[in-house]
Amino acid sequence: MAVDNEAVKQIAYLARLGVEEDKLEETQREFNKILAWVEELGEVDTNGVEPMFSPHEENILLRNDEVVEGNQSDKILANAPEKEFGYFVVPKVVE
Amino acid sequence: MSNLTELTISESLEKLRAKEISPVELTEAYIKKLEDNKKYNAYVTTVPEKALEQAKESEKRYMSGANKPLDGIVLGIKDLFCTKDIRTTACSKIIDNFVPQYESTVTQNLLDDGAVFLGKLNLDEFAMGGSNETSYFGPVVNPWSKDVKLVAGGSSGGSAAAVSANMCAGATGTDTGGSIRQPSAFCGVTGIKPTYGRCSRYGVIAFASSLDQAGPICKDVRDCALMLNSMAGFDEKDATSARVDVPNFESFLGQDIRGLKIGIPNEYRPDGLNEEIANYWDKAIEMMKEKGAEIVNISLPHTKYALPCYYVIAPAEASSNLARYDGIRFGNRVNGKNMEELHINTRSSGFGKEVKRRILVGTYVLSAGFYDAYYLKAQKVRRLIKNDFDEAFKKCDVILTPTSPIEAFAIGDKKMNESPINMYLNDVFTVSVNLAGLPALSLPIGLSKNGLPLGMQFIGKAFDEKTIFKASYQLEKSVNFKRI
Amino acid sequence: MAEYILESANGEKWEVICGLEIHCQIISKSKIFSSASTKFGEDANECVSFVDVAMPGMLPVLNMECVKQAVKTGLGLNAKINKYSQFSRKNYFYPDLPQGYQITQEKHPIIGEGKVFVDLSDGSVKEIGIERIHIEQDTGKSIHDIDPSRSFIDYNRAGVGLMEIVTKPDFRSPEEAGGFLRKLRSIVRYLGTCDGNMDEGSLRCDASVSIRKVGETGFRPRCEIKNVNSVKFAMQAIEAEAKRQLEIYENGGSFEQESRQFDPTTGTTKYMRKKEYAHEYRQFPDPDLPPLVLTDEFIEEVRNELVELPDAKKKRYVENMGLTAYDASVICENKEVAEFFEEASLGHDAKKVANWLMGDFFAMLNKKGVDIKNSPVSAKNLGKLVELISKDVISGKIAKDVFEIMVNTGDDPEKIVEEKGLKQVTDTSAIEAIVDEIIANNPDNVASYKAGKNNLLGWFVGQVMKQSQGKANPGVVNKLLKEKLD
Repeated sequence: MAVDNEAVKQIAYLARLGVEEDKLEETQREFNKILAWVEELGEVDTNGVEPMFSPHEENILLRNDEVVEGNQSDKILANAPEKEFGYFVVPKVVE
Repeated sequence: MSNLTELTISESLEKLRAKEISPVELTEAYIKKLEDNKKYNAYVTTVPEKALEQAKESEKRYMSGANKPLDGIVLGIKDLFCTKDIRTTACSKIIDNFVPQYESTVTQNLLDDGAVFLGKLNLDEFAMGGSNETSYFGPVVNPWSKDVKLVAGGSSGGSAAAVSANMCAGATGTDTGGSIRQPSAFCGVTGIKPTYGRCSRYGVIAFASSLDQAGPICKDVRDCALMLNSMAGFDEKDATSARVDVPNFESFLGQDIRGLKIGIPNEYRPDGLNEEIANYWDKAIEMMKEKGAEIVNISLPHTKYALPCYYVIAPAEASSNLARYDGIRFGNRVNGKNMEELHINTRSSGFGKEVKRRILVGTYVLSAGFYDAYYLKAQKVRRLIKNDFDEAFKKCDVILTPTSPIEAFAIGDKKMNESPINMYLNDVFTVSVNLAGLPALSLPIGLSKNGLPLGMQFIGKAFDEKTIFKASYQLEKSVNFKRI
Repeated sequence: MAEYILESANGEKWEVICGLEIHCQIISKSKIFSSASTKFGEDANECVSFVDVAMPGMLPVLNMECVKQAVKTGLGLNAKINKYSQFSRKNYFYPDLPQGYQITQEKHPIIGEGKVFVDLSDGSVKEIGIERIHIEQDTGKSIHDIDPSRSFIDYNRAGVGLMEIVTKPDFRSPEEAGGFLRKLRSIVRYLGTCDGNMDEGSLRCDASVSIRKVGETGFRPRCEIKNVNSVKFAMQAIEAEAKRQLEIYENGGSFEQESRQFDPTTGTTKYMRKKEYAHEYRQFPDPDLPPLVLTDEFIEEVRNELVELPDAKKKRYVENMGLTAYDASVICENKEVAEFFEEASLGHDAKKVANWLMGDFFAMLNKKGVDIKNSPVSAKNLGKLVELISKDVISGKIAKDVFEIMVNTGDDPEKIVEEKGLKQVTDTSAIEAIVDEIIANNPDNVASYKAGKNNLLGWFVGQVMKQSQGKANPGVVNKLLKEKLD
């Protein structure tokens, strides 16, 4: 399943990555090479095979409902590129 | 003593406990070595003052007899582990100024056992790479390099190089597709990727959550056992952490391996396998036989598909794991005229080429219409790969294979950089283990005709690191590899 | 019930098809995947853990209470509890969403199909199907009005547990949707799994609306009205959207699926964004969270904690306590009201207590603008008042005066009656004296009555009551008057 330049742009947009116009060809070519390579998987008969999403297949362990963390906005905001009045700040979000 | 940094962890501990040397003395020796070996670019952040403070505390504990299992041992930490108040970057521009306000469980465990941290070690950006060349801070130079600068392997290249060049006694690494084992092999050191769930992932910057696993890189097998014992254990902060007891790994070293069944998978000897590597493999098999082990031929029929399987699953998980780097709460931001532009500008400028490539592939294989054909298919093939191991382990106790199909290559090697796939192919012997969640250890087997280290790998059953340690220790004794 | 049908200009009949998606904030002390507090109204970013802001290397750990609350809600909605459920990641970029994905349950939700019975105004009951309930994380909150060019983000709400309740497209009128929302809110409040406050956003509703000609079988395109924050608005929004769609069809037009917003000031819905294509979310199982497997013991444990729910209560009120279905459902809607009623009616005539509760008592609360928890009249005292009437200690009329005093003083009605000497006179001789006096003083009326003006009896009763200052037992008065006049 080869992708074209438009598809590459669309995928890049979904991932919020910019692909410069002059890199588009190269990116697309490389992308298709990788896809062609992983398509070898198609040879394997996986009928009736359960997918394995993780090696950890035990049941999840649940946490007790206790408040441990909090009142640490200084630490939460310590690495913020922009902050004010205890908030993270970003350019205006408009919908 | 000029050769303090050449001591193994267990040797240092012996001298520290006998008060022949002091933690401060030891730390100073490493700080000196660090300065001498800057050319290897192994560290991206060093904290010598902090290390000396820790060493002084350690000294007090030795004086009062309250010393802990790894007290005064000087370690380097892969810069993928979050360390409180010490810059943690994943060697990416996008968070090159990030200072965590929390400590990863693994590094906390090491601190609790008295370890001294000298600094943060170089790696491929977000651990994506097999040569350390994708690091924002530039590639690590393999200490075994002669005329040409060679790669240290990756992603834990800084860890392997630092241990190899005596810039720390041991280092933490992480292994998602071979990132502990391959650089260990390239740099002539020993590293173990434990069973998935053995070490907590809390505070370890995620690459591919179902594959990532932390482990130690050390000078020898015993050190790996000591360090892993400190790093491992159930952690309630990681829902995938295993509720399994951690045995005293050191106690298995030196145990007799007569009758131990060692599996040799046919599929790991493809046509065109490097002859030197094939010969060393045979040599290792002979050595194990001499120790009384029984050699069993096994088959891992889906081996061929492990690489494509890995290169679907790992990017898929990564594409999602790396979505949090959006320039809002931490890391670098590149503004734009609206939020969308801010996101795109921040991520386009902050991520390197290989990381972007994997995010794109991962985004694609998870998209509706492609999910079943790529992602779901890969997870099914993964099950078959795991089933292969389950079958094989009915016939043997541990599996022996080469770690890597090649030796360390030149930084900027033309063929490797021609296509990403050429680089991916180097992971052929390591990725299956991550897909199946199994433990595996790489140790040096000897030098190539170019004078470069080569590694062998023992793969064990899930949570059976002890058998790996038992077998590796015996092979190590037979090999008697000469470190730098 | 009466059908809700829209009629187009050319006389065609159209019906509304509507389904709801309701997000309920789960009541728990800490968040669904972190140990930060869920408290409302704290300072910005003070109820936040490193997990909630998706710091590098942070991992989610599931809160048992949120699982219990979801199971409890499932049981309360007569739904199937799925013993196996799985968390997935819904990937999209938004400043409120720290991880770049929301942890939710796409393919394997914790709760499966269920049903809710909705009482309608005409007395009929409509069954609404629940499609599924899954648990997920809430997002943070952007504040846009601090600065004209910048938005401020508070992650206190990020990671609070949500239950998303998805109904089947079973609603055929705004009334049904409104009734369902009230019923659902009532149930989750009874269960204590969500506080149900729509104005604070702890219960939020999206309504999916389409219309079709009566008799058509398939579905036409629908629009989703996002984040409606009251029952009234939900009903208005559905109606407005249905009419908007009808108008488009009338004019021969068509429209695409999209998200819309309801504007209460204009009473119309307006365009928000194109419906997100599902594939943009790239959902896949979250590798940080192993599957959630519930044991029978766990489910039974939760079942044992269940309280009596409105439907069961209503049935009991009707069958055992003699209430009308309407009274019972009104009283049951609110848990506090039901509790008040049960306390008030303990040992007394429940039907009379219900009448008082729904009449003078509710009117009083309304007038005073207080809720039942702050009522000046206690449940016990209301019960006593009804008891005083039942035992003929006071008349209904006097009771109203007593109630007035109770409202002002909070006093025990027995005490009030005693102190003010309001006890009904049942002593026949005392009443007889008054009756005789009235008859003697009004010969004309006596004559008229005897001549056949029977309705004058009421006038005589009134006079006697007046003379006795309302304390005479009306039954005795009636009996005596009849004896003397007939």
